[in-house]
Amino acid sequence: MAIKSRRLREIPLAFAMLGPSLLVLITFVLYPLGKAVWLGQQTCDVQGKNCKSVGWGQYTNVVKSDQFQHALWVTVKFAMITVPIGLALGVGLAVLADKQLRGMRFFRTIFSSTIATSVAVASLMWLFLLQPSVGVLANLGWLHNIFPVIKEPGLLNDSGTALWSVGISSIWANLGFTFILVTAGLQGVPKEMHESAYVDGAGGWMRFTNVTLPLISPTLLFTTVVLTSRAFQAYGEMDLLTNGGPIPQDSTTTVTYLIYGSSSIIKNNDGLQAAVAVLLFVILLALSALQFRGFGKRVHYGS
Amino acid sequence: MQYDDLVAAIRLVGVSKHFGDVKAVDNVSLDIADRDFMILLGPSGCGKSTLLRTIAGLEDPTAGEVWIGNKMVNDVEPKDRDVSMVFQSYALYPHKSVQANIEFPLKVRGVDKSERAEAAKQAAEILGLTPYLERRPGALSGGQRQRVALARAIVRQPAVFCMDEPLSNLDAKLRAETRAELVALHHRLNATFVYVTHDQVEAMTMGNRIAVMRDGIIEQIGTPKDVYDKPASVFVAQFIGTPPMNIFPAGSIETGSHLVGARPEHTHIATAGVAATVALVEHLGHEIQVVCTIDAEHRAIVRLPAGTEVPDNGSSVFLTVDENHRHRFNIETGLRIS
Repeated sequence: MAIKSRRLREIPLAFAMLGPSLLVLITFVLYPLGKAVWLGQQTCDVQGKNCKSVGWGQYTNVVKSDQFQHALWVTVKFAMITVPIGLALGVGLAVLADKQLRGMRFFRTIFSSTIATSVAVASLMWLFLLQPSVGVLANLGWLHNIFPVIKEPGLLNDSGTALWSVGISSIWANLGFTFILVTAGLQGVPKEMHESAYVDGAGGWMRFTNVTLPLISPTLLFTTVVLTSRAFQAYGEMDLLTNGGPIPQDSTTTVTYLIYGSSSIIKNNDGLQAAVAVLLFVILLALSALQFRGFGKRVHYGS
Repeated sequence: MQYDDLVAAIRLVGVSKHFGDVKAVDNVSLDIADRDFMILLGPSGCGKSTLLRTIAGLEDPTAGEVWIGNKMVNDVEPKDRDVSMVFQSYALYPHKSVQANIEFPLKVRGVDKSERAEAAKQAAEILGLTPYLERRPGALSGGQRQRVALARAIVRQPAVFCMDEPLSNLDAKLRAETRAELVALHHRLNATFVYVTHDQVEAMTMGNRIAVMRDGIIEQIGTPKDVYDKPASVFVAQFIGTPPMNIFPAGSIETGSHLVGARPEHTHIATAGVAATVALVEHLGHEIQVVCTIDAEHRAIVRLPAGTEVPDNGSSVFLTVDENHRHRFNIETGLRIS
């Protein structure tokens, strides 16, 4: 009894202690989330006012719509381009920079520098590179002789290359993040394991596949999950580089662009935007769970 | 010397390894005979591990030659030196089963699956690991992991085994047991062992020969008995033996400007001799150790049988040393005179 009454007496104190973070969580996460879920079954006027419920069927309608399905497919393609290539490049650079060579600190700084670059800056930089008339690539004569698409209509304006081009800028912008994570993972691999494998006759590739990769697998899983979720949430690149276009294929209209984009077909419908946003949340949640379950078994977390 | 029929003999000629200004190994020459159990002994930072790694091929010597058998191996990759290495941390692959760990050296050499499974089973058998083949290293005790590391080292039957403090991570009881097993393994395998340790008990009990190192050079090479009975310097005298040798100030035990050393078992409390003060009495059960202070720089330890009457702490005593068990060292160089 004494313990129980003591626990009861501690409840107010517990709430007082939790208060600040609870307040932040409710104000900035739970309330907006609830509000979005509720808004998803409403329809509003152009100013976003006078909302009224039209029923939860709005969610099913969104899922069934061509626009949503197209945007989801574009998003999936975008993730399938950016995540594997970004991961492979990040691991490759990190493994190269892990060698104890003179001047490696300089390269480490360079390789990780994109983490300090905002999406807006990165996208503008790529715009200057890819722009079809004044862009850097467009003024390399020999290059656009081989690939005329660079100048006409431009990599960002061709429905076949637009998503890849946006993807490359996104890979570049995320490379610093991947590089830093994988570098940290590599530093956690004991030197003696490499030496032991080396004395036993394992060459560079053998050591990479038998020692390095399995031992950094938790880092790789984490990086994959974060990169996937970033790919699904990427917005700035599409907004600045392609505006969801080229039209009419809407080749780079991802789910996020469908939600916020200035040339999105639902830009004036708060209810539909909220519905798509909630669906994106559900998809990401399911995807992360799937990744942790699927790869989790093959990941080694140490002894 | 002919190396032709001595495949696993090792010869180091003037080997140095410098890391910047640090001379980790400084002009060391050492002959390790075929099938020898050679111990590299010394305090941490003396260069013993670096020397071992130079033999294994993990470090390139700054100067000098490394010979294994009749081949100069300075430019030979570790995998072609016919050496295997056991690390203090065991360096087992945590994501592989015990069997896969043991098989790994064969796998990288392209040995086919059934053959290497057979070899791994034999190695596991020798080290008593058969019940654990399917487990991951994380599910094994420290002693078992250490055996897996040994099994992985013996599976490809190398001529030379390099061991870098393989027992340091074991508890005292297991360490004592494993010492004997390693000696038995050496007999069984008939290979050359080069074994690094800072533990003089391991050195005394396991090695055929001991190289005592200090600051990158070898102070003495000899059998355990040589090194104990005729230490080449004050450093060796005090590094080998527990408790270490007593060193008496010049002119105290006998006249002359040299230091006199004596093992605690040859030092006695008497009615006349070198004056000292009892600083500490330690009852170890089977014997009593009396630590005496001679002056600010010199201490001496006397071993007494259990049950003997011992002087009190702080009391004044006199110490003598057996006439025929005295070691004399040069006061300047610390080297043995007689």
